[in-house]
Amino acid sequence: MSEHSKSSPLKTYLAVWGSLLLGTFITYKVAFIDLGRFNAAVALTIATIKALIVALFFMHLRHAHEKLLKLVVISTIFFLFILLVLSMADYGTRTWS
Amino acid sequence: MSMATTTVQPVERENYLNKEYGVGSWLLTTDHKRIALLYLISITFFFFIGGFFALLIRLELLTPASDLVQPDTYNKLFTMHGQVMVFFFLIPSIPAVLGNFLVPLMIGAKDLAFPRVNLLSWYLYIIGGVMMLHCMLTGGVDTGWTFYTPFSTAFSNTKVIEAGLAIFVAGFSSILTGLNFVVTIHRMRAPGMTWSRLPLFIWAHYATSIIQILGTPVIAITLVLVVAERALHLGIFDPKLGGDPLLFQHLFWFYSHPAVYIMILPSMGVVTEIIACFARKRIFGYSFIALSSIAIAVFGFLVWAHHMFVAGISVYAALVFSLLSYAVAVPSAVKVFNWTATLYKGSIHYDAPMLYAFGFIGLFTMGGLTGLFLAALGIDVHVTDTYFVIAHFHYIMVGGALMGYLGGMHFWWPKISGKLYPEGWARLAALIVFIGFNLTFFPQFVLGYLGMPRRYADYSHMPEFQVLNVLSTAGATVLGVGYLLPMLYFLWSMRYGKPAPDNPWNAAGLEWMTSSPPTTFNFEKEPIVTWEAYNYDELDRAHKEEVKVVG
Amino acid sequence: MSDSTVVGLHHEEQHHPELLHHFAEPQQQRDAASLGMWIFLATEVMFFGGLFCAYLIYRRLYFGDFGAASSSIKAGLGAANTAVLICSSLTVVLAIWGAQIGRRSLMIGSLVLTMLFGLTFLGIKGVEYKEKFDEHHVPGASFSFDHVPIPGHPDQYANPRHAQIFFSLYFIMTGLHALHMIIGLGLFAWLLFMARKGRFTPEYYTPLDVGGLYWHFVDIVWIYLFPLLYLIDRHP
Repeated sequence: MSEHSKSSPLKTYLAVWGSLLLGTFITYKVAFIDLGRFNAAVALTIATIKALIVALFFMHLRHAHEKLLKLVVISTIFFLFILLVLSMADYGTRTWS
Repeated sequence: MSMATTTVQPVERENYLNKEYGVGSWLLTTDHKRIALLYLISITFFFFIGGFFALLIRLELLTPASDLVQPDTYNKLFTMHGQVMVFFFLIPSIPAVLGNFLVPLMIGAKDLAFPRVNLLSWYLYIIGGVMMLHCMLTGGVDTGWTFYTPFSTAFSNTKVIEAGLAIFVAGFSSILTGLNFVVTIHRMRAPGMTWSRLPLFIWAHYATSIIQILGTPVIAITLVLVVAERALHLGIFDPKLGGDPLLFQHLFWFYSHPAVYIMILPSMGVVTEIIACFARKRIFGYSFIALSSIAIAVFGFLVWAHHMFVAGISVYAALVFSLLSYAVAVPSAVKVFNWTATLYKGSIHYDAPMLYAFGFIGLFTMGGLTGLFLAALGIDVHVTDTYFVIAHFHYIMVGGALMGYLGGMHFWWPKISGKLYPEGWARLAALIVFIGFNLTFFPQFVLGYLGMPRRYADYSHMPEFQVLNVLSTAGATVLGVGYLLPMLYFLWSMRYGKPAPDNPWNAAGLEWMTSSPPTTFNFEKEPIVTWEAYNYDELDRAHKEEVKVVG
Repeated sequence: MSDSTVVGLHHEEQHHPELLHHFAEPQQQRDAASLGMWIFLATEVMFFGGLFCAYLIYRRLYFGDFGAASSSIKAGLGAANTAVLICSSLTVVLAIWGAQIGRRSLMIGSLVLTMLFGLTFLGIKGVEYKEKFDEHHVPGASFSFDHVPIPGHPDQYANPRHAQIFFSLYFIMTGLHALHMIIGLGLFAWLLFMARKGRFTPEYYTPLDVGGLYWHFVDIVWIYLFPLLYLIDRHP
C-alpha cells in the first residue's frame, strides 16, 4: 500500500514464505496418517492459518492504517459462513425424526 | 440561489448535457450523470418489454381457458416477464439511474471513484440485455424466472443457457456498480460531510451496494453450474445422477432473496428524501433509518430458505428461517414508524413526488405485512405458489420499489433535465397509478387465498376465479396508462418544459446547490459542509415565502 | 468511522502525473484503488464460495465416493503446485518491495519469476488434467469410474454417479481457479511491461499493489482447494 515499510520487510516475507511451505508439507504428510474425523479439521486449520498469514503479511492487512479493510474481510467471511453453515444445517437436520 | 422562483436564462449555461454533442461523447462518456441517462433509456426500454409480457399474461387470464396462447408459450411469458423485470429493470433502476446521478452530487464529489468502471457497468448491462433479447426472439425460456432444476438443466427445451449467461453478464454490471458506490462513499466525501450528515439516500445505497457485492456473485456461480450441467449432463442438481435440486434452490435464493432488498432499499432512500422535503422537517430518527438500512442488508442474507418451506428442507431449518424472516421485518417497520413521525406536525405539500411517497408507505406496508403471513409456516403451506405470493411481491416491488422510483424521477427531474415537468399531469398520473395498482393486485390476494395457483394459463377447473381475474386485468390497463403518462410528459418537458431553477423545491442537500442541470464536474468549488442533513428549518427561515412549484 | 478522505481545498503539491482528475490527492486515489480491489476480492470470495458450498454438501453426503475419487488424483502434484504458488506470492511481495525502495532490477526480476511460477502452475495443472482425461475421469459421455474401492472399505465400490459429481466440482473449481491464474498472468504481463517502461517509482506503484492483492487471493483459493480436493481420505 502506501506504507513505507517497516524496517526489514524482507525478514518477515521470508519467514512467512517458510511457514507457508512448512504448513504445506505438514498438511501433505499428516493426510496419510489416520486421525479419523480430525484429518479434515487439521488440514483446514493449517489452510486457514496459511490464508491468514498471506492476508496479514503479504497483502499488508496487518499494517492497514484503518480498520475498514479488515471489516471488509471479516464481513465477507461472515456471509460466506452463513451460506455454508445454514445450507449444511438443512442437510444435516433432514434425517432428524 | 435556492429561491423558488423561475429564472429564465437568456443564454443556456454550459452543463453536462450540452457540453459535448455526438453519439461518441455519450457512448464513451465517463461522466456519471450521462451514464445515468444511458441507463435511464436502457431500463425504460426493458420496462416496456417486461410490461408487454405482463399485458399478455393478464389478457390470457381474462378467461379461464388457455385460449390466447398455448400453455408452453404462457410459461415463457411469465418467465420472461420475471427475468426482464427483475434483472433488467428493478435491480438496476434506482441505483443505476438515480444513484449514479446523485451519489457524487450528494456527497460533494466530482464523480464516482471509478468512472471508467461505471461505463463498463453500463456496457455489461447492455451486453446482457442484448443476449436476453436475442434469447427471447429465438425461442425464449420457460423455466420460471427461478430456473428450478432439474427442469431447467435436464428437461426444458428452451434457451436456458443463453438466458442464464445473459443474466450472468448483467450481474457483473450490478456488482461493479455496488463496488463503485461503496468506494465512492468511503473515499470521496467532501470536507465536513461526515457519516452522520450524509443524506439517507446515500445510506440506503450503501446498504444496497453491500448486497450487490456479496450476493450477486453467488447467483453468478449458480448460473455457471446450471449452464455446465445442462451442457454436460453433470448431475450436480439432477436426482437421477445423485444430485440434489434443493442445492440449486439454496444457492439461487441465497442471492435472490437479498436481491429483493436491492430492489427496495434504494426506493426507501428516495422516499426518505421526499418526505423530509415535502413535510419541511428533519427526518425523525436519522440514525434509526440509517442503521435500519444496514440491518436490512445484513438480515436479508439470513432468510433465503423461506422460499423453500415446501420444497423439502428439514423442518428444523424451516423453523429457523421462519424465525429469522420475522426478524428481518423489524428494521423495515422501523422506517415506516420514522417516516410517520416525520410527517407528524410537518407542513405537508402534496406535490407529485409526495403522492408517490404516500403511495409507497401504504402499499409497502401492506406488502410487508403479507410477507409476515408468508413467513408463518402454517399459512405458507396453503398459500405458497398461489396468487397470494404474487400479490405480496408485486405490492412491494411495484407498489413499493416502482412508486419510489417514479417519485424520485419526479423529484429530481428538474435537476437531471433542467426542466420542470407539468405538475397537474404528474399528480393525475400518480393517482391513476395508485388506483390501477390496487385494482390489479388486491384481487390477487383474494385469488391466492381462495387457492388459484400461480403460473397457470388455464384455470377452467375453477371458473369462479374469472371475476377477480377480469378486475385484475382491468386494473393492469389503468396501471399501464398511469405509467405511460410520465414517459410522455417527461419527454414533452425536455423540449417545452419551463426551465428549472437550481432548487425548485427549496430542498436540502448538496445536489440542490448546483445548477439545474449540473455542470460536468458538478461543483464550481469543492463544497465544505458545516450543516446537518435535512436542515429544513434553516432553509425555510432563510426564505420566508412558501415553496411554490411552477408547473 | 474514520477513514482517509481528503481534506482541504488548496494543495500546493505539484500535480502528480498519475493523479486522475476526480481525485484531489494521490493518497485518496491510492486508498480508493486499494479499497476497490479488496471489495472486488470480496466478490470473488463469494463467487468461489458457492462452489465450496456445493462441494462441502456433497462431500458430507457421499464421503466414501468422494474419498475414492479424490484418491485417484495425485496428491504430490497438488502439493507441488501449492508450493509453486507460495513461491510466486513471495516474488510478488518482493516485486512490490523493489518498487518501494527503488530497486528496479529486483522489481522486474521478481515480476518475471512470478510469471514463471504461474506458468509452472498451469503446466502441472495441464499434466493433471491430461491424466484425468486419459483415465476417463472427465465428466460427460465418456466418464467411467467402475470398480474403484472406497478408501478403508475394500469390499465396497464407489458409486460412479457420485464420483462424477466429485469430478464435476473438481474440474469446475480448479478450472475456474486456473482461469483466474491465466487472467493473473495477463495482468502481470501488463505490469511487467509498465515496469520496464519505468512507470513505477517509490511514489507510485499502485497497479503493482493492486495486482499483487489479486495474485495473493488466487493463491489463497488454492490453499483451500488443495486439502479439500486432494486429501479427503488418504489413509486407508
